Amino acid sequence: MIKIQDLHKSYQMGENSLHVLKGINFEVKEGELVSIMGSSGSGKSTLLNILGILDEADQGTYTLDGTLIRNLNEKVAAQYRNKFLGFIFQSFNLINYKSALDNVSLPLYYQGVNRKERFERSMYYLEKVGLAKWSGHLPNELSGGQKQRVAIARALASDPKVLLADEPTGALDTKTSYEVMELIQKINDEGKTILIVTHEPDIAEMTKRIVNLKDGVIIDDTRIEPKKASLYV
Amino acid sequence: MFNIERWQEIFETIAKNPLRTVLTGLSVSSGIFILIILLGVAEGLKRGTKKQFEGDIPTKLYFAGRFTGKEYNGLNPNRKIKLNIKDYNNITSSFEDDIQYQTANFKRYNAQTSFEDKNGVYILFGVMPDHMQLENAYLIAGRYLSEKDLIEKAKVVVLGTRIVADLFKGKHDKAIGKRITINDVKYTVIGVTEDNGGEREDTYMFTPHSTMVQLYDNTNNAGSFQFTINPDEDYDKALAKSNQFGEMVIANLKKSHNIHPEDDRAIRFYNALKGGKDIYLMNTGMKIFFWGIGILTLLSGIVGVSNIMIIIVKERTKEIGIRKALGAQPKSIVAMILHESIFITTTSGFVGLFVALTLLEIVGPRIENDFIINPKVEFSVAVITVLMLIIAGAFAGYIPARKASKIKPIIALRDE
Repeated sequence: MIKIQDLHKSYQMGENSLHVLKGINFEVKEGELVSIMGSSGSGKSTLLNILGILDEADQGTYTLDGTLIRNLNEKVAAQYRNKFLGFIFQSFNLINYKSALDNVSLPLYYQGVNRKERFERSMYYLEKVGLAKWSGHLPNELSGGQKQRVAIARALASDPKVLLADEPTGALDTKTSYEVMELIQKINDEGKTILIVTHEPDIAEMTKRIVNLKDGVIIDDTRIEPKKASLYV
Repeated sequence: MFNIERWQEIFETIAKNPLRTVLTGLSVSSGIFILIILLGVAEGLKRGTKKQFEGDIPTKLYFAGRFTGKEYNGLNPNRKIKLNIKDYNNITSSFEDDIQYQTANFKRYNAQTSFEDKNGVYILFGVMPDHMQLENAYLIAGRYLSEKDLIEKAKVVVLGTRIVADLFKGKHDKAIGKRITINDVKYTVIGVTEDNGGEREDTYMFTPHSTMVQLYDNTNNAGSFQFTINPDEDYDKALAKSNQFGEMVIANLKKSHNIHPEDDRAIRFYNALKGGKDIYLMNTGMKIFFWGIGILTLLSGIVGVSNIMIIIVKERTKEIGIRKALGAQPKSIVAMILHESIFITTTSGFVGLFVALTLLEIVGPRIENDFIINPKVEFSVAVITVLMLIIAGAFAGYIPARKASKIKPIIALRDE
């Protein structure tokens, strides 16, 4: 599903160039649940941004679902993001003047799905995350865990190939974190490929594979038996 | 533009940010409001000054016979030139396209006038129906002389208000239809006029030119001629046109009256336009001045909208980043911001336009001031401002929209 080879990325910080990714080779198969770990500055967010077509590598190749992602103009990048990827963020990034339902249906709006179908499909995903009753609420009327679940429903709404989650539990307490992880595991069990960036070991242990990043290179890549989040809730 | 989904999207955005929208719209509304009021006042001022300088239409041309200054073809100098009705007909038929108003003017001083036991001495004029427009007089009662009166050589008369005051105790309606005696001839009063030119002109009486010629001079003397030519927006063009007209008429008159071609004394010619330059320039200047101020006001409104839109874009940076991450294309972001901007400027502009027009409509006619008369804005001006608004909305929205489309989702979504 995802294949990256010899990926390099530097940032220009005034006079100095900061080499963030120093040759990453990495492959994710369909249906995997992968966590990318590393301390801050290890390059894990940069890697996720490149995977999310929000940023572009200086060197190396990135293939997503058989499509080579390179030198895309903004228009095509937007199309690919919409078609292939669903994003889950640490700070949820819901649009605060739109209801939960409107937030979830936004990716569908950009796909050109008509209003009626948009709302039907969005309701389906809200039900899936257990928030059908909250569809008319604004984000600030929801708890942190609920917001993240709306964000997950939104990421799922366009039925993407891959879910990319950047510290999805970073703003949540332990109990809520596990609830969100339980949901993520459930979605993965249904076959969705999911990548999670995290620095919390307990969260990483709930994925099927842990990739450790340090100073821009992968130092460790282990498959594990995931702990069931439902046991901790 | 007619994408219903986008309209829904915009209405939702606007409905959920009412304060922001109202603040944005207010600057445009007030800009348009001020522009329309200014233009209305300018129009009122124009009418006011026109009235102030009234009395004579600025393009009036005047021709009269005088005494020749040079001998010519065996004719002695100091010969009295009398313009006759044939001259008049020649001029009016050869310059039909240029002439706006026309009249010959035959004067008779010391006309002994009486009605029942009252009497007075006034000046009697034989004129054509256009004379009223030429003198900027207006009807108070009854009607003015008509073409029919002229053809029938009718013994009818139009009186100035002072005469009505003397003979009919100022009761205009009572004068109509009464028969008065002027120099032993009976005339029927058909109308009463008042002249803006001054009180003296309200002691004049007007009767058909043909009637006068028949009674007093038998076609040899038609008096003086007055014309106005069709107006021109541009002063220099108008002046050139009227001078050319004057020269051609004089040349014709000299030929038909056996006057030396270089005799400048024989025909009196007066072109009122030469002295009218200031009024012309003032009107043009005023127009430019008010449009200038109005447009600058509107411009500041537009800059205001642009400014607010930039703030909005900044405030919505994160939202735009989210939208882009979810698959919004730059084009759709530009369209969203532009659409919103045009919608807000146009709607609020219409509000300003409507309020200003209503105000002018209600208050305008009640303004009684020597300098401002019935301020009003023409429909075409309203249409122009509306068009300007839509363009302005696009302009105000464009820079912020471009800025928005260039927002990088990765920067927008970075956690603070």
